[in-house]
Amino acid sequence: MKKRAKTLPGVTRRQVLTWTTLGVAATVTQAADAVSLKGTPGWTPFSDNPPESFDQQGWLFFTPEEAQTLEAIVDRLIPADELSIGGKEAGCAVFIDRQLHGFYGTFERLYMQGPFHQGTPQQGDQSPLIPQQRYRQGIAALNRYVQQSAQKNFADLQPEQQDHLLQAMEAGKVHFDGYDAQSLFNDVLTNTMEGFFADPIYGGNKDMVSWKMLGFPGARYDYRDYIDRHNENLGLEPISMMQWKARG
Amino acid sequence: MKKLPKTDVVVIGLGWAGSIIAKELADEGLEVIGIERGPWRDTARDFNVATVTDELRYVMREELMLRTRQNTCTMRNNPSQTALPMRTWGSFHPGNGTGGAGNHWAGITFRFQPEEFRLKSHLTERYGANAIPDELVLQDWGTTWEEMEPHYMQFERVAGTSGYAANLNGEKRAGGNPFEGMRSGDYPTPPLRQPYGPTLFAEAAKNMGYQPFPVPSSLVSEAYTNPYGVTMGPCTFCGFCTNYGCANYSKASAITTVLPALMRKENFTAYTNCEVLEVLTDSSGKKATGVTYIDSSGDKWEQPADLVIVAAFTFENVRLMLLSKIGEAYDPVTNRGTTGRNYAYQTANGVTLFFDNKNFNPFIGAGAVGMGIDEFNNDNFDHSGLGFLGGGSIRVTPIGSAPIGYRPVPPNTPKWGSQWKRAVKDNYLSTMSIGCEASSYTTRTNYLSLDPNYSDPHGRPLLRITFDFAENDLKMAQYCTGKVAEIAQSMNPRQIVAKPMSGHWNSVPYQSSHVVGGFIMGADPSTSSVNKHLQVWDVPNLFVVGASAFPQNPGYNPTGTVGALAFKAAHAIRHYYLKRPGEMITA
Ligand SMILES: Cc1cc2nc3c(=O)[nH]c(=O)nc-3n(C[C@H](O)[C@H](O)[C@H](O)COP(=O)(O)OP(=O)(O)OC[C@H]3O[C@@H](n4cnc5c(N)ncnc54)[C@H](O)[C@@H]3O)c2cc1C
Ligand code: SF4
Repeated sequence: MKKRAKTLPGVTRRQVLTWTTLGVAATVTQAADAVSLKGTPGWTPFSDNPPESFDQQGWLFFTPEEAQTLEAIVDRLIPADELSIGGKEAGCAVFIDRQLHGFYGTFERLYMQGPFHQGTPQQGDQSPLIPQQRYRQGIAALNRYVQQSAQKNFADLQPEQQDHLLQAMEAGKVHFDGYDAQSLFNDVLTNTMEGFFADPIYGGNKDMVSWKMLGFPGARYDYRDYIDRHNENLGLEPISMMQWKARG
Repeated sequence: MKKLPKTDVVVIGLGWAGSIIAKELADEGLEVIGIERGPWRDTARDFNVATVTDELRYVMREELMLRTRQNTCTMRNNPSQTALPMRTWGSFHPGNGTGGAGNHWAGITFRFQPEEFRLKSHLTERYGANAIPDELVLQDWGTTWEEMEPHYMQFERVAGTSGYAANLNGEKRAGGNPFEGMRSGDYPTPPLRQPYGPTLFAEAAKNMGYQPFPVPSSLVSEAYTNPYGVTMGPCTFCGFCTNYGCANYSKASAITTVLPALMRKENFTAYTNCEVLEVLTDSSGKKATGVTYIDSSGDKWEQPADLVIVAAFTFENVRLMLLSKIGEAYDPVTNRGTTGRNYAYQTANGVTLFFDNKNFNPFIGAGAVGMGIDEFNNDNFDHSGLGFLGGGSIRVTPIGSAPIGYRPVPPNTPKWGSQWKRAVKDNYLSTMSIGCEASSYTTRTNYLSLDPNYSDPHGRPLLRITFDFAENDLKMAQYCTGKVAEIAQSMNPRQIVAKPMSGHWNSVPYQSSHVVGGFIMGADPSTSSVNKHLQVWDVPNLFVVGASAFPQNPGYNPTGTVGALAFKAAHAIRHYYLKRPGEMITA
């Protein structure tokens, strides 16, 4: 077996700080976050790797007018009824706003190189637009359309009129000037459902309302006491990651 | 580009395959360097119990998967189309970082059956050569069950796999999978306890004369210390399993079972956030001399090595070979060349059962907890006159029911509004499904190649997938899903909805990450890329390990076999190659 000194591309300052104190020999030859690891990399208690979420108040991406339109839409997609509060009160529009403000809004993790072609349905979403552009252009096109046909904004229509328009968008039966109505509908529906059913830490699913409605117990992480209790209503109150955080 | 000091072994990729080989060769005393494209991953920090239960982050935003911005594939259904890039993952979920896809896998750990390793010979013997549909290009693996079995054993012992042996050294035992090959030892841990859905299914299947068994699972059922001295804790059925890392050290992955021991070795070093660009060969092309890689600041390095092991998952294994011009690229028109041929996938089928008066508590689940039957898998049933070959593993494996993705409703339910909400609430707890993960047999025009139009951030071509389901596989899917529907019917639900795979392969919905082939093993260098030791034909100091070696895909999950092949390659290197470096055809 050969022995030699290790010289290799280094680590970020933060990694050096956490790891060298914990006994990992990581050699820095230049600034980079490529890491050469030997020994057992340690960890610091409570240094968990948190989700991207934003605590600020107010809209971070939407203009007030866009927000008003979106809140009206999410409240039709998830209407308030005897089963739960509506999409607006549950925070679905706030959720979408935070998502668009974060890494999802720019598709920074996704392959966005051209050439862009429509492709077959099997080839998936090939739009060159990132979510921020999709919402900005889509909501504007929707309101232009409603202005032309009814001289108001979407939010000012009657709920039944809103439902009709949303159904037409969903079915591809209505065309907006400058933006594809059906793809706007699909994006809003997908993101609204994400907001309604995701952990409340992202701004939607207020007080775990959707989880309570379904009977989903959320972030419990241990069902060893329950797995053998077949076909029973277990009556488990849901837990959110926010509560784990509070305990930590 | 800077040249680094030479090492004995360089391993590309620190998922299951790469970590296992690195450990085995480091145990041999060799100086081993593992190069991993993604970050170092650690249970305590990355899969902390306070943050791991996050469906949005791990499933919708694909946190643990390779960022498509780094590298993706292009896809098309047939050679006449122009392939387009998969901009977000759908159909499958490639991994990134130490542990690879083995961090966010489900943990179902089958062995393939003895017949699989000589599939073409077996089918020809049983049904005659004419019974194999013309569209299929089936092949034997160039190895045998007897050669594979000890290495399956090694992988299961490292992973702590739970299950019940039905064929223990020739002794037949009721309660396990009656179709499994003879095992030389029991599963390391006993079967997991079962939730309601799998239990109900097993009863129904038994009543119909089938022989249900607990799905073998690398989510351990009790505290377990593996042969490397690494300890795992029992699975809690948390239901945040597939697509997530495990916070409990219960789901076997390289980071919970191999790397903790490997990292302690003086003669092993891991380089993370470093992407290998190419395998280098000398001017003869018959000797690998090392690799080049790029670190995250964009600097390029050459790492010379005596032995090069490529373990970068199916897609990148094949892409690296094409980019490094190793072997001849496969051409479906001339049928020449081996790099890229025999790419296969899997046919995902299922039946959903809607009940009125049952509560499955679907959130109690785990990637690999469940019950299955194998009567309609592979060649376990007589195919005479059926017009197709192959079959599927039928099982109920509740993986958890986080509700962004899991909201079963009967067909024709609106997708929003009050009526939708009512249907979601009414069906959430009282619905279950039976899956049938079925074989995918290779055809001449299903293959992997370099894309002429799309490149990665370093300007190198992406890998292009040309794939559609063989007629054979679609017929098989119809038949097997029909059998599942019969079982479902016998369980008396309010409504059943059967979904056999049909139409074209669609890259949008998730199906399975069981992508195989493209750099296949065999006994004949004109139709395979590696020999039975995973050694590249004509480049004896280069080994390419992973599901890229499968000549076709049976109705089972691949990783038990990927792990066994990694141990098999390591065994051949330790016991034969190091003594006499060179081609090991008959060893
Ligand atoms: C959601 C999901 C569920 C699954 N469920 C199951 C299951 O239940 N049962 C089963 O048997 N299998 C399952 N699988 C499949 C299983 O994960 C794979 O078979 C297994 O991980 C393959 O191991 P591997 O070592 O070949 O590849 P990987 O685990 O993917 O490791 C390859 C490593 O190589 C690295 N790499 C790639 N390219 C480069 C490069 N150029 N330079 C440096 N490093 C590179 C990658 O980052 C990665 O870490 C599942 C997979 C997924 C995604
Ligand atoms: S279900 Fe079990 S193995 Fe899977 S993540 Fe939860 S505890 Fe870990």
